[in-house]
Amino acid sequence: MKPPTFSYRRPSSVEEALGLLAEDGPQAKVLAGGQSLIPLLSMRLAAPGRLVDINSLTELSYVRCDEAGVRVGALARHAEVLADPAVAACQPLLPAALACVAHPTIRNRGTSLGSIVHADPAAELPAVLSLLGGTVIAASTDGRRTIGAAELFAGPLETSLRPDELAVEAFFPACPQLTGTAFEEVSRRHGDYALCGVAALVRLDDDLRIAEARAGYLSMAGTPWVLDLTEPVRGLAYDADLAAAGELAGRLLDPEPDIHATAEYRLQLARVLTARTLRRAARTAAGVMHDD
Amino acid sequence: MTEELHRITLHVNGIPYEVTVPARRLLSDCLRHDLGLTGTHVGCEHGVCGACTVLVGGVPMRSCLLLAVSVAGERITTVEGLAGPAGELSPVQQAFTECHALQCGFCTPGFLTTITAGLQENPRPTRDEAREMIGGNLCRCTGYQNIVAAVLKAAELAPESDSR
Repeated sequence: MKPPTFSYRRPSSVEEALGLLAEDGPQAKVLAGGQSLIPLLSMRLAAPGRLVDINSLTELSYVRCDEAGVRVGALARHAEVLADPAVAACQPLLPAALACVAHPTIRNRGTSLGSIVHADPAAELPAVLSLLGGTVIAASTDGRRTIGAAELFAGPLETSLRPDELAVEAFFPACPQLTGTAFEEVSRRHGDYALCGVAALVRLDDDLRIAEARAGYLSMAGTPWVLDLTEPVRGLAYDADLAAAGELAGRLLDPEPDIHATAEYRLQLARVLTARTLRRAARTAAGVMHDD
Repeated sequence: MTEELHRITLHVNGIPYEVTVPARRLLSDCLRHDLGLTGTHVGCEHGVCGACTVLVGGVPMRSCLLLAVSVAGERITTVEGLAGPAGELSPVQQAFTECHALQCGFCTPGFLTTITAGLQENPRPTRDEAREMIGGNLCRCTGYQNIVAAVLKAAELAPESDSR
């Protein structure tokens, strides 16, 4: 349970970090919070030749909110994003999901963008980014490019980032008027990886009837899975029973069984959590803040 | 292959230590093996059990999930740094003895550091908040009732302006 040997560099600017990644990208791995990477090293599941530690790049330690949404720099810790009242006002789905990320102690060190580009299928933030249609900015010595969530997640623990690229910022679109979100997951123990997790988004029309209902899933496939579930619930009142959307999700999802849960159990969780989170999102969209 | 070594300074419990370590040295191992501070316990070594929790800049973190080189220059508090200068127990330690919040003691260092920081942030926790505070720490012998009781007791014992 000790990491294998690697060489270590701690750049003091983004430019220096990009230079190091350009030099030996395929060999190198970026170390930010390390709350997923260090266990992988200790269990010898990963053995990069070099770690590029970005913990000195304080210029990436920011959380910024405006009308468009929330911008999270590569060194912003989960705990900082979770505690920021401007984030909660701009996109409440973020704190709702972040509260389910591991334990407070892990959130003190782990970074939100690091969790996204780690691309664990059981992680919360990739599903949130996917549902909201967020983006990640990748930087390299060639310049910067913006990658949409749909193009980012390539497989379990795999993204479309090139080895010479550093993810510098994640962007989560703001929650518009008459739109609500909710998040819920089920895990065997509090703080464990979820057996199934659902991030829900509902948009209402001016009569407070459902105009759009979507859900993003974690732990249901190798990458985050987003479903448009509007059809069976379109036009229903904001406080209607949305079980039909859960049933549709149960027909569209196709999870794998593993030692923690059978595929059928995961589907049952997805059906129930989908109906429940969509209903909460719809009520929030209508301005009903208190849950039933 | 000779391993690359790094000369770093760690400020542990107010004392600067200069150590030379390979980059792969976990902070937990650096504290225990290089500095001889064996109060920090190593349980699962992958961030689940919480026994190795130390404070980095006053904030609880898993020392088994940190590289020593990555926290060079940081202010670190281990369980050895919680008691007063003459060895008097901190409010959290006192509460643990009074509430029988430990049995074998293996998990205790992680609980003590976590709760010390938790009470700094929230000096008057409710029972639910106390449970949330220790949610990331595993204890396999006492059960958690007495540990939750100790969190609440420590909150009572702590002077209003306690800065430890």
